[in-house]
Amino acid sequence: MTEVSTSKTPYVFLTLGVICLLVGSYVGLFIAPREEYMGDVQRIMYVHVPTAWNWMLAVIFAFGCAIAFLFKSDFKWDARMEAGVEVSVLFALLLCIQGSLWAKPTWGVWWDWDPRLTSVAVLLFASLGILALRKFVEDPLKRAIWSAVATIIASVDLPIVYFSVKWWNSLHQQQSSPQTVSSAFHLPLRVNAFGILFLMIAFIMLRTRVAAMRLRYETSAPPLVAEGELA
Amino acid sequence: MIAALSKELLLQWRTRAQMLAVFVFGAASLLLFSFAIGPNTDAMRTFSAGFLWLGLLLSSTLTLAESFHAEMENRALEGLLLLPSNPRALYYGKAIANWLQLAILGVMLVPVMVILYDAGPKQILLMLLVIILGTAGLSAPGTLYAAMTAQVRAKQTLLPLLLFPLIVPALLASVKATSLAILGDPMEQSRAWLGLLFAFDLIYWALCGLLYGRVVEE
Repeated sequence: MTEVSTSKTPYVFLTLGVICLLVGSYVGLFIAPREEYMGDVQRIMYVHVPTAWNWMLAVIFAFGCAIAFLFKSDFKWDARMEAGVEVSVLFALLLCIQGSLWAKPTWGVWWDWDPRLTSVAVLLFASLGILALRKFVEDPLKRAIWSAVATIIASVDLPIVYFSVKWWNSLHQQQSSPQTVSSAFHLPLRVNAFGILFLMIAFIMLRTRVAAMRLRYETSAPPLVAEGELA
Repeated sequence: MIAALSKELLLQWRTRAQMLAVFVFGAASLLLFSFAIGPNTDAMRTFSAGFLWLGLLLSSTLTLAESFHAEMENRALEGLLLLPSNPRALYYGKAIANWLQLAILGVMLVPVMVILYDAGPKQILLMLLVIILGTAGLSAPGTLYAAMTAQVRAKQTLLPLLLFPLIVPALLASVKATSLAILGDPMEQSRAWLGLLFAFDLIYWALCGLLYGRVVEE
């Protein structure tokens, strides 16, 4: 098991991320114009959409690490996958909270069982199940293999989440593109997207270190008896 | 795979008393669900499909967990894996046997549903088809997760925790299609739901079979 990395890169990402997020949110909250139909409530889009994008990236990352582990059997992929799943749970929870905050004034309810929200909830619970599975299995190899398998199966839900607004008559909006979103909104959205991306990368890197440290402890042999201590 | 399947069926036949116990569990849960709504016949009929599938889902956690019971005794699982056959064959044999068991359970619960909720299906063939496809969707990931969780400590908690989020699409489609069978289907929507169910089954039967080898290897 290789040494756990101690580079300062994640902290660079953290700082960059916080700065981008602050700038983007400031522009989004105070400088960008009000939306025509929704008013100021729409401003949550500046965090909700980037969180959604980065959540999907985290899920894809976890999926990739799961496949990498099953093919390579290198524990560093298991550490990265654990980080990816945890960060994706965090982002999914944030997504649901932000969405609910927007939904109450707009749709009148905190939650609705339309296809997109339902599929996000499914993936959130599946990820929580994967974390629970990891807690209950003690053998590192079995834990890694099983959670990799479970992650692959759970990630099958992600295309359903993405395409749900297109395939079904969902209450949630359809996908937007730069053509459908007014240019006044682009800047804060993009800045925030990068901000949250940097934060996500930093979180994943730091969490991977924690996971790698624990794996190193679990997979190493116990210390040899010291000189003169033999029973 | 045929050998694995016939072994599973033989085991199930020998423990058929257990099937009766699971059926009683399912019927009892259907009874309890009816208390959630109260003596409102119309509401009960409207939701009867949901109750049926929830009852079936809860019973499935019992049958799926039980299905690996024989393999856990005396490390029989390793013995089976030492055979010169593809572990995938073992998986499919077990998954098919579980599917059969769940489908029979589903069919047995339909009369209970009819009696308790006054919900006679208007299209019996559609109902049968939904039960067959729906239980297939339950069985594939269920067998895979049962293989995983049979080997850990908190098996009874982990299996439902892992399985339930995953089979939500299958559950949704089955409930919708069943309620169309019971309440009538003026707009011919059942085809779409059956299509979804079929796609779900195809994807998961393929995926879980591929992954099974890694799950049980030492």
